Amino acid sequence: MQITFKKRGSTLTALLEGELDQHCASELRSAIDTAVRSEGNIEILLLDLGRVSFMDSSGIGVILGRYKLMRKLGGELAIANAQPQVEKLLKLSGVYALLDAKRREKASE
Amino acid sequence: MIKLEFLSLSKNESFARAAAAAFIAPLDPTIEELADVRTAVSEAVTNAVIHGYRNGLGNVMMELTLKGRLFTVRVEDKGCGIEDIELAMKPFYTTGNRSERSGMGFAVMAAFMDKLKVESKLGSGTTVIMEKLIAKPLESEQNE
Ligand SMILES: Nc1ncnc2c1ncn2[C@@H]1O[C@H](COP(=O)(O)OP(=O)(O)OP(=O)(O)O)[C@@H](O)[C@H]1O
Ligand SMILES: [Mg+2]
Repeated sequence: MQITFKKRGSTLTALLEGELDQHCASELRSAIDTAVRSEGNIEILLLDLGRVSFMDSSGIGVILGRYKLMRKLGGELAIANAQPQVEKLLKLSGVYALLDAKRREKASE
Repeated sequence: MIKLEFLSLSKNESFARAAAAAFIAPLDPTIEELADVRTAVSEAVTNAVIHGYRNGLGNVMMELTLKGRLFTVRVEDKGCGIEDIELAMKPFYTTGNRSERSGMGFAVMAAFMDKLKVESKLGSGTTVIMEKLIAKPLESEQNE
């Protein structure tokens, strides 16, 4: 798994590449958290999954953990470009429902 | 039938799912069927590594079988075992670190495969058996 970070305004994009499983989960987790905390003032953490060729529930755990981190910091988590296999997993595990609920909550504020 | 045995190291997860995918490849599965099998195998093997052997070392046994187009995979560990299987299989249930695990592994296996059976005994290990019928590709139906 490879990660590339890009910052634009208050949005930090993490471009993930490769297979996201238990083997790389903890490394990924700490790389993202370090980037979010060291950049400071990040309002949106965008996980670009366009180049993730495989993901299992270990990846769901990483995503939910980053969702909690961003909420704690008063920001948001967004996901983009998931491939069909990853998309199916995100739907099944309720990740999309969680992100959508948050969006609706925001809209009604 | 193919039997594999490997050490409970997280780096072996990618090998296990690739082996399962290669095993069913002659059936000409769809991309989705391949992804389902890879994901389900990854869940079972990951559980053996992190829960069964609690990240310590042990052997994971994987058995792959085909009967016609019915694919069966058996993943076995001789680790700590599961106290309450029914509870463990509930979506979102995890004994792992709540901030790192979603508790969705068994739910994923159940959703992506046709059948899921879990056998376990506290102190002696866990066996996960999963089945999936790989649909006949459309072209070969036309050729018949
Ligand atoms: N091979 C195993 N040996 C011992 N306990 C297991 C085994 N597999 C699963 N379990 C138990 O069942 C629980 C649920 O497993 P499941 O895969 O659904 O979720 P998880 O592994 O905790 O989280 P996730 O798969 O989402 O990362 C685990 O937390 C663990 O307590
Ligand atoms: Mg699991």
